Amino acid sequence: MTAETVEGIPPKTAETAAVRTARASRPRQSSGWLAKVLVLIIAVAWTIPTAGVFVSSFRAEVDVSSSGWWTVFSHPFDFTQYTLANYSRVLTSEDMFEAFVNSLIVTIPATVIPITLAAFAAYAFAWTKFRGRSFLFAIVVGLLVIPLQMSLVPLLRLYGNYDLTGTFVGVWLAHAGFGLPLAIYILYNYISQLPKDIFESAHIDGATPFTAFTRLVIPLSYPALAAFAIFQFLWVWNDLLVSLVFLGTNPDIAVLTVSLAQLVGSRGAAWHLLTAGAFVSMIIPLIVFLTMQRFFVRGILAGSVKG
Amino acid sequence: MAEAVEARLEANRRPALSIIRDLAIAVAVIVLIWLGLRVLRSETALDALGPLAGKLVQALIGIVLGVVGIWALFVVGNSLVELLPARATTFVRPYLFVGPAIAVVSIFLVAPAIGTIIQSFTEVPEGEGPLYNYAQAFTDPALQVALRNNAIWLVLAPAGSLLIGLAFAGLVDRVKRESFAKAFIFLPLCISGAGVAVIWRFIYEWRPPGQPQIGILNAFVTALGGEPVPWLQEIPVNTLALIVAFIWIQTGFAMVILSAAIKGVPIELMEAARIDGAGELQTFLRVVMPSIRGSVITVFTLSAIAVLKVFDIVYVTTNGNFQTDVIANRMFNEMFRFRNFGFATALAVILLVAVVPIIVINVRNLRRQGIGA
Repeated sequence: MTAETVEGIPPKTAETAAVRTARASRPRQSSGWLAKVLVLIIAVAWTIPTAGVFVSSFRAEVDVSSSGWWTVFSHPFDFTQYTLANYSRVLTSEDMFEAFVNSLIVTIPATVIPITLAAFAAYAFAWTKFRGRSFLFAIVVGLLVIPLQMSLVPLLRLYGNYDLTGTFVGVWLAHAGFGLPLAIYILYNYISQLPKDIFESAHIDGATPFTAFTRLVIPLSYPALAAFAIFQFLWVWNDLLVSLVFLGTNPDIAVLTVSLAQLVGSRGAAWHLLTAGAFVSMIIPLIVFLTMQRFFVRGILAGSVKG
Repeated sequence: MAEAVEARLEANRRPALSIIRDLAIAVAVIVLIWLGLRVLRSETALDALGPLAGKLVQALIGIVLGVVGIWALFVVGNSLVELLPARATTFVRPYLFVGPAIAVVSIFLVAPAIGTIIQSFTEVPEGEGPLYNYAQAFTDPALQVALRNNAIWLVLAPAGSLLIGLAFAGLVDRVKRESFAKAFIFLPLCISGAGVAVIWRFIYEWRPPGQPQIGILNAFVTALGGEPVPWLQEIPVNTLALIVAFIWIQTGFAMVILSAAIKGVPIELMEAARIDGAGELQTFLRVVMPSIRGSVITVFTLSAIAVLKVFDIVYVTTNGNFQTDVIANRMFNEMFRFRNFGFATALAVILLVAVVPIIVINVRNLRRQGIGA
């Protein structure tokens, strides 16, 4: 709910152009070396933790437990010291392949469902008139402040009564519920700024509000939809709390984060497995991050208020 | 305008056959979704396919069902609404669009939040007053530790990530390949709390003196001639160790927002300061800092909220042992492990009460920014 939030999303061309000019003419030469050295130091320090896990996941069990991962750099091109055995082990005997598939089953619908619900709602809030509109919108935005911990106990009981605990549809809906206020807020900010003319001409051309929505609003809102989609995808993929509470630890349904937490509990000293397991759980977020960095940043700017 | 629409809609009134078709499609969609959900939750339906194929078919059914299903429901709902008389269609359609979202937030946020508040007062042992859970919460010594830890987190974690993020955002503005350098800092943001916990457990790994240290921190300590430190067990350094892991994630968040704000500071302002003889550091402190004050407050408040709700890092590293517990972790354990629901709801309410003032500060700050800018 920040000024930056809103700024990151709607098309404010004048402003971004100004920012761009400022950026282009920024002096980069003055006191350059000190800044460079400090940037380098922080960047290296921030990379070491991940690098250690990455390197260790490719080392043999005996090596991992007897020497530090940094020792590989004394002869980094000796490829006999690397192995994929840890990965094949966590994927098969530690159930992580199944967990990976479960994470996909949970995450994709848990991203699409709230976006769909939110897009319809944001469109109606922005472009239709109905009784109770501003009241309902105020409630939705107000819900942004409620920590999701406030929902857990009553929902756990509700799920118990309706046999929804441990079902994929149950966890989809829970994630949809927790993601919706933010989704509606972000999409409303964007959709309400679409030009009025396009709706009028669509109307004159005989489009119903439904076709105006599917043919105009959805394609035109693509930047906001993508930003929220990435944010929600990563949030759900990385979530541990909601999955633990509503899905549980049974390998048939456990997602990657839960599976990794279980692995820490059961094999807390088996670093060759833990490091490989950690990387299996990180691979999709890393791909998303590396391929869609721009949207990822927007998602962060826009999604920073999620509870 | 409205009359024109109605007239056209009347003209478009469809024959009975298409009404029957729409109804049939609606029924078919609902039956299909219901059947799909049955298959998805059945333990045995896909066993005949073998474990691998069965799992992949399940994934396919689940994903298609979730993604297509939600759209199919809207399409069907809309076609049913369009069967109504035109005036009714115009009236009902907004509710068709808003209704599902409102229903979901009502079921998953509004009703449970009210339930939590009520239960925190009513779920008490026989013969105890309504404030029993809260009295417990503030007298239980283990919870005192959790509250104290949340306070320590609140003091150190937002400030730490803010300072490093600000420093990096200010510095990176002056180097080439800026976005490349930034990627290293905000990469941790896309890693799960569970993954971060594994990464930092590995950093803090401890072996008895004399054995090779495979955790890089203790390897460093012993290389300098020190004794290896059990970072995650030794009180109070273990709470600090967890806070460092959190700062490692949160710095990227601070940096992204602050960097965007620094880019927005007018270049003329900085030039003017330099011409007046201000050094780089002075320009940053006297010119840049006041201009990005609003963003600094935003980063600080949002980090503070994240800190109050921190769960997965603590759960996966120490699960609150060795006096590292925090409210959110304690709430999870009271609810999930001990089935102590009354106490858990009271903890959720305490969390809410702690978060609200920070959000008020945040919203005020945003209002001021909105007016000022």
